[in-house]
Amino acid sequence: MNNDNAAWGLIFGAWLIAAVSTLGALFFGEVMQLPTCVLCWYQRIFMFPLVLILPIGLFPLDRNVVRYALPLAVLGWPFAVFHVLLIAGVIPEDIRPCAQGVPCSEKVIEWFGFVTIPLLAVVAFSAIIALLVLAHFRSPR
Amino acid sequence: MNHKTLFGIVAAGLLLAFAVGALVYKSKRADQSAQLAERNRAHLVRMHSPTLGKDDAPVVIVEFLDPACGTCREFYPLVKAMMAANPDRIRLVLRYAPFHDGSDKVVAALAAARKQGKLWPALEALLASQDAWSPNHRPQIALALKHLEGLGLNLEQLRTDMAAPEIAGMIAQDLEDAQALDVTKTPEFFVNGKPLPTFGYEPLKKLVDDALAATRR
Repeated sequence: MNNDNAAWGLIFGAWLIAAVSTLGALFFGEVMQLPTCVLCWYQRIFMFPLVLILPIGLFPLDRNVVRYALPLAVLGWPFAVFHVLLIAGVIPEDIRPCAQGVPCSEKVIEWFGFVTIPLLAVVAFSAIIALLVLAHFRSPR
Repeated sequence: MNHKTLFGIVAAGLLLAFAVGALVYKSKRADQSAQLAERNRAHLVRMHSPTLGKDDAPVVIVEFLDPACGTCREFYPLVKAMMAANPDRIRLVLRYAPFHDGSDKVVAALAAARKQGKLWPALEALLASQDAWSPNHRPQIALALKHLEGLGLNLEQLRTDMAAPEIAGMIAQDLEDAQALDVTKTPEFFVNGKPLPTFGYEPLKKLVDDALAATRR
């Protein structure tokens, strides 16, 4: 039972991060009307479904939800990392997969001199992966 | 606390934070754009800007327009209807914001048509045939010129005039002014120097009606 409670808390935490990230992305895009580049869309594709999938595993608690949610988070993570590297200039211009119009290498937000939107995405995907993996190992089986 | 209650409270809290944040941001943004327009009044109207309506009309609508923009096409008759409903009281100032790739050439054609005194018929012809010369939102000047036939324009002259450096300068100036006024989408309207608080026909109508009412006092 204790393990169940811990697992519930971990999955809930993962959902909370996904929900804040989703609302944050919608706030940047729809309220502040910041341009959404191609890479941002791929990260959204892997983040938004988590907001729906994770609660389905919370009520009632179904640990299998980790198996369904983890692939999304694991696939979203490299997109976010790629985006950060692109902004940092580590990845050269000519291999960037962006359509013209909104270049992905443009920084639309920079807080405290280093926090960019893709960096937030890397942190969110990493935290979700960590919480889900932990929840998996709290499994009684 | 029960898990369901906890989840419900957190979900509701997140949505509420989003809604409040959006409202606060929008009202702050509206204030900022009003101040920006106030500070950059000189950027609103230029000597070269085409105008429609009486010169001393009390209400001046400045419209930043892209001939390839679908919403501009939708708004054009609406603005004309407002002007027709208030004869001699509204003046339209046309500014170009050719944000579509290739739209600047179409604007050059309009400016060249103006030299032959046929700007407004040319603009109306191009807006009406927009889908035909701008397939998939990619303006193509060669196609656009075809839709200017039949207006009595000297098209050969028009082609020569299009390349004139003063037309390129005019477009560059309009784009620079659009940037100074934070015009990033078209159409964008300023009514007696005031920007729309939010985009839409109703806000525009209200701003114009308020301006008309203010001049009657």
